[in-house]
Amino acid sequence: MKNQKTRVADIDRARFDFRDSDKSGYKTGKGLTADIVAEISAMKNEPAWMLERRLRSLEVYNRTPMPAWGPPLGELDMDEIVTYVRPNTEMKSDWNDVPGYIKNTFERLGIPQAERESLAGVGAQYDSEVVYHNIRRELSSQGVVYTDMETAVREHEDTVKELFMKLVPPEDHKFVALHGAVWSGGSFVYVPEGVRLDIPLQSYFRLNAPGAGQFEHTLIVVEKGANVHFIEGCSAPKYNVLNLHAGCVELYVREGATLRYSTIENWSKNMMNLNTKRALVEKNGTIEWISGTFGSHTTMLYPSSILKGEGARSTFTGITFAGAGQNLDTGAKVVHLAPNTSSTISSRSISKDGGIAVYRSAVSILPEATGAKSSAVCESLMMDSKSRSDTIPVMDIRSDEADIGHEARIGRISDAAVFYLMTRGLSEEEAKAMIVRGFVEPIAKELPLEYAVEMNRLISLELEGTIG
Amino acid sequence: MPKNLLSVRNLCASVDGRRILNGAELEINAGEVHVLMGPNGAGKSTLANVVMGDPRYSVDEGRVFFEGADITEEKPDARARRGMFLSFQAPEEIPGITVENFLRAAKSAYTGEDVKLLPFRKELRARMEELGMDASYASRYLNVGFSGGEKKKNEILQMAVLNPKLAILDETDSGLDIDAVKTISESIHRHKNEENAIVIITHITRILQKLPVDYVHIMADGRIVKTSDASVIEKINRDGFASVLG
Repeated sequence: MKNQKTRVADIDRARFDFRDSDKSGYKTGKGLTADIVAEISAMKNEPAWMLERRLRSLEVYNRTPMPAWGPPLGELDMDEIVTYVRPNTEMKSDWNDVPGYIKNTFERLGIPQAERESLAGVGAQYDSEVVYHNIRRELSSQGVVYTDMETAVREHEDTVKELFMKLVPPEDHKFVALHGAVWSGGSFVYVPEGVRLDIPLQSYFRLNAPGAGQFEHTLIVVEKGANVHFIEGCSAPKYNVLNLHAGCVELYVREGATLRYSTIENWSKNMMNLNTKRALVEKNGTIEWISGTFGSHTTMLYPSSILKGEGARSTFTGITFAGAGQNLDTGAKVVHLAPNTSSTISSRSISKDGGIAVYRSAVSILPEATGAKSSAVCESLMMDSKSRSDTIPVMDIRSDEADIGHEARIGRISDAAVFYLMTRGLSEEEAKAMIVRGFVEPIAKELPLEYAVEMNRLISLELEGTIG
Repeated sequence: MPKNLLSVRNLCASVDGRRILNGAELEINAGEVHVLMGPNGAGKSTLANVVMGDPRYSVDEGRVFFEGADITEEKPDARARRGMFLSFQAPEEIPGITVENFLRAAKSAYTGEDVKLLPFRKELRARMEELGMDASYASRYLNVGFSGGEKKKNEILQMAVLNPKLAILDETDSGLDIDAVKTISESIHRHKNEENAIVIITHITRILQKLPVDYVHIMADGRIVKTSDASVIEKINRDGFASVLG
C-alpha cells in the first residue's frame, strides 16, 4: 500500500470536476424570507419548535452585520444563493435503489467501494437531502444511532431539541444564524456509554446545482467512556456561480469519552466555505480534530474546543493548501474552563501561485483552569514569492498556573533541497511534491490510509496547478 | 579506445555575478578514477555542482558533454537519468520522507522502471549492511538529525543503490572517523568497474589509499592547472599545493 501513497502524479482531476444537469424536483426562489424558511420546515414536516428556532435564527441573521475581520467576503451576494435544493429521491438504504445519475456521481467519487472496504456506514449528501444511508448491523445492535438530521429530529426529538444549536447559538455570527434558518441535511450520531467503535463512520458531502448553498448540520453525542472516529469528506464539482457553504458541527464529548473528527475539504474554487465547528468536552474526555482544507475560494474555519471538565483534552492537527485565487483563513480555538485541561494545536499551511494562507488561533485559559497546559506549533511553507502566509495567534491567559507554548515558522521551499532531489532523477515537480508531502507527513500519518492517499493526490494536483 | 563519459570544455560559470569557474577542462573515460584537489575556494565544488546542473549557477561559456551528448542546458534530473551522480558535501535534510521511500522513488525515476517494494527492500538492506548502517535508518527521515558521518554514508548508500555511470564524490571523506572512511572507501571500491568512473574531491587523501587512482587534477582559480598521476598526492601531502602549482 506504500506504493499507492508515493505514486501520486497520474491522477485525473476529472474525478472531481463533473456535474449532472440540474434534475432537482424542487427549488426555492432566490433570496431569503420568512416564507421560504417556513416552506423548508413544512417540506420536512418538522415539529413547531424547530420552525420557531429557524425563524429566530432568521431574525438574528437579518440584524447581524457581516464579520468585521478575516478575508474579504464582498463577492458574496446572499440574494443569489438558492437555499434549498431537493433531489428527486427519497432516503434509500439499498444502493441498488439510488437513482442512476446520483449513483454515477458517487461511484466516480468511490463511495461504494470505500464503504465496502473499511467504513462502517455511509451518509452521503447529494444537494441538501441525504439520499443514501446504511449502517452495518453490528453498529445498530450496539445501540449506535447514525442517521441524517431530518430523521433525528423525528426519531430522537428529545435529544435534538435539547442540544441542537445550543453549543453554537445563532447569535455567534451571521453565517451560523443563516445556517440555523435554512439548515438541511447532515448527520446525527449517538454513541451510547462505553461503546467503542473500531471502524470510522464516514459522511460524504457534495454540492450539485448552480447557485445552491449547503447548510448541513452535524450533531454527535459520545456518551461516557465511549469512543468513535467520525470522518467528514467534502468534494464539490466546479461552477461559475458563487457558492456558499455554511455548515455547523456540534460535538458533545461526555466524561472519559474520545471523539476524533476528521475532515478533508476540497470544495470547488468558487465556493465560500464559512463553517462553524465546536466541541464541548467533559471531565477526562478527549476531542481530536484532524482538518484538511484544500478547496474553496475563501474559507473561514476554526474548529473550537470548550474544555469544560477537569482533565479534558483537545488536539488539533490541521493542513491548509492555498493555490491561485484562494484565501484560506483557518486555525483553531480552545477555551480552558477547568483544572488540568490540556490542548495542542499543530498546523501546517502551504501557499502557492499567489494563494493566501492565514493561520489564526485563540487560546483562552480561565482563572479556574489551574494546571492547564497548551502548546501551539504552526509552520508555513511558501512555494514562491507571490504567495502569502500570515500567522495570527491570540492567547488570553488568566491563570497563573498554566503552562503555555507557542512556536511559529514560516519558510520558502528551498532551492537547494529541490536541486538535491533532482540530482537523484526526480523531476522538478516530483521533487517539490516530495518536499511538500514530507512537510505534511505529520498530518497524513494521522489520517486513515484512504484519506492519506487522497490528500497526497490533492497535493500533487494542486502542485500541478490543474485544479480550479 | 576507452569510452568517453564526461567532457568539460572551457567551462565558465558564475553565481550572483561573481565568476567562479574560469575555463575548466576535464575528460573522464569509463573505468577511470579521478581525484580533484586544490586549495579552498579553487572552485572544486562549483565544478561538481555545475556539471550536475545546479540552477543557482549560470554557465557563461563552454559546454559539458556526457557520453557525447551536449548536456549544458539539461536539468539536473535529466543528467541524473543519463547516469550521473553527485555525493553532496552537505546533503539537504528532507523532513517527512523516509530514506527507503525516497530511494525507491529515486531508483524508479533513475531507471524509468517500476521498482517493486519487496525486492527493493531486500536490496536496500544488503547495501546498508555493507555500509554498516543499522536497518532502522531506512525508516528515518532523509538526513534529518543524521550526524555528519551518517549523512555521508547515506550519500554512498544512494550511489550504491542507483549505480551511476559517473559518480562525483564531493568531500565525502571530510569529517569522518578512520573507520567510516575505510567503510566508505571499500564501498567505492565495490562499486567501481570498467564501465563506470569516479571523481573524488578531497583534501585528506586517506580515502584514496585502496583505490586505483588514474589521474590527479589540481584546481586553482576556477580551472584545472595541472594533471598528473597518483604520485603527486604524496608530494602535496608533504609540501602543500604551492609545491606543485609553482
